[in-house]
Amino acid sequence: MKQGDLVEAIRVLETDLPGDVEASLRRCEAEEEGNAKAVLSAILENVRYARENGIPMCQDTGTLIFFVSGAPDASRVYEVIEGALIRATEEVPLRPNTVSPLSRENEGRNLGRGNPIVHFERAGKADGRVEIGIMAKGAGSENVSRSYMLDPDQGADMVRRAVLDAVKAAGPKPCPPIVVGVGIGGNLEWSGYLAKRALMRRLDCESDDRQAAQLEREILSDVNALGIGPMGFGGKNTALKVNVEMGHCHTASLPVTVNIQCWALRRVVAEWQGGKFRVCR
Amino acid sequence: MRAPLRLGTELSEGQVLELAAGDVVYLTGRLYTMRDQAHIKALQLLRSGTGLPFDLKGGTIYHCGPLMRGDTVVSAGPTTSMRMERSEPEVIARTGLRAIVGKGGMGQKTAEALVKNKAVYMEYPGGVGALAARASGKVKRVFWRELGDPEAVWEIPVKDFGPCFVTMDAHGGLMRAKRQ
Repeated sequence: MKQGDLVEAIRVLETDLPGDVEASLRRCEAEEEGNAKAVLSAILENVRYARENGIPMCQDTGTLIFFVSGAPDASRVYEVIEGALIRATEEVPLRPNTVSPLSRENEGRNLGRGNPIVHFERAGKADGRVEIGIMAKGAGSENVSRSYMLDPDQGADMVRRAVLDAVKAAGPKPCPPIVVGVGIGGNLEWSGYLAKRALMRRLDCESDDRQAAQLEREILSDVNALGIGPMGFGGKNTALKVNVEMGHCHTASLPVTVNIQCWALRRVVAEWQGGKFRVCR
Repeated sequence: MRAPLRLGTELSEGQVLELAAGDVVYLTGRLYTMRDQAHIKALQLLRSGTGLPFDLKGGTIYHCGPLMRGDTVVSAGPTTSMRMERSEPEVIARTGLRAIVGKGGMGQKTAEALVKNKAVYMEYPGGVGALAARASGKVKRVFWRELGDPEAVWEIPVKDFGPCFVTMDAHGGLMRAKRQ
């Protein structure tokens, strides 16, 4: 695992929208009309121009979230990530987004207390493979995300209503068409983690849990019936996809987090195996 | 809907009054980026009677925190305008600006201030930062750098910057209300 590899993965992350997301946006463009279609055309031209010229597609290069699995030495991985982030901020470049919450002081390197956020998911794998999933999360969509602590008897129906409540309140603010990550279960912070993890899943596959997959379809149809449309200009496509992740929770709880993602869903997986590095999408 | 319009970033009252919600505009001139912290700082200075180090009379501000490398604009799409709703009406009234570019729309107070002060709010597509940079020239003047790069005021020269969609006009017209 080399620092330079990680810098390269971050460059791909910021400049090259995943193909499944672009294909989904293209389908929306074909379905919309008027100003809603015009913004989607601008978005798609931007995606192409950013990729061809190696330019971050959005000026909000986000804060980066790392999902590490298979790494034997967590503190060493953290050091490599920090170093890569400092270099990527200079080289990609990334906008220095990380500030102290109340003083708003900006160190200019995208580092600070508790940053970057790194989730260590699993210890070493038998095949020696190390994976680091990376997401660039902008504030426009993170700011309108919400958590709900529901009562167990409210069940799946209330989960649907909670997601609809969050998406409706968000309106045009998170740059629709959005992707909705829904984390169900765990506890307060774990439902947030599950919702974020849901956004790392591709858009062209369903959850492998039957109930979660059904919820994904139902919520997508609810959300698109709102008619918010691209950039809130009205239309059929408010969301590209709903991804649900679930985890067991306390018998008295039903935590739900709705993590909203703008159209610029930036995710990559950096993978090292047998001394070889590659960026997977 | 009429054909796209080409306008400067310094607008007269008459030009603003001709714009209607739903119009598409391409801007040539200079944009002053102003977001959260710059709105706070501008109001502190204006309320205390100290002027601003840049002149916004008749001009255009842009809700944007650009990604810069030296004097080059790398990526510069809009930020969510609604966060500025608390301060925007006073900024409009005190500066005499004629246009705001942002995204996501603004609230009732800003809508009223636009009518009262003859100004418009338009939206550039969110996330379209690379194309915005393509329409931008080198930046010669930057103000309030101490606020941090995203929050500073960058004077960005632009050519055919668009599409910008007029979503709130000076007559109280709202593009989103039209469709409902």
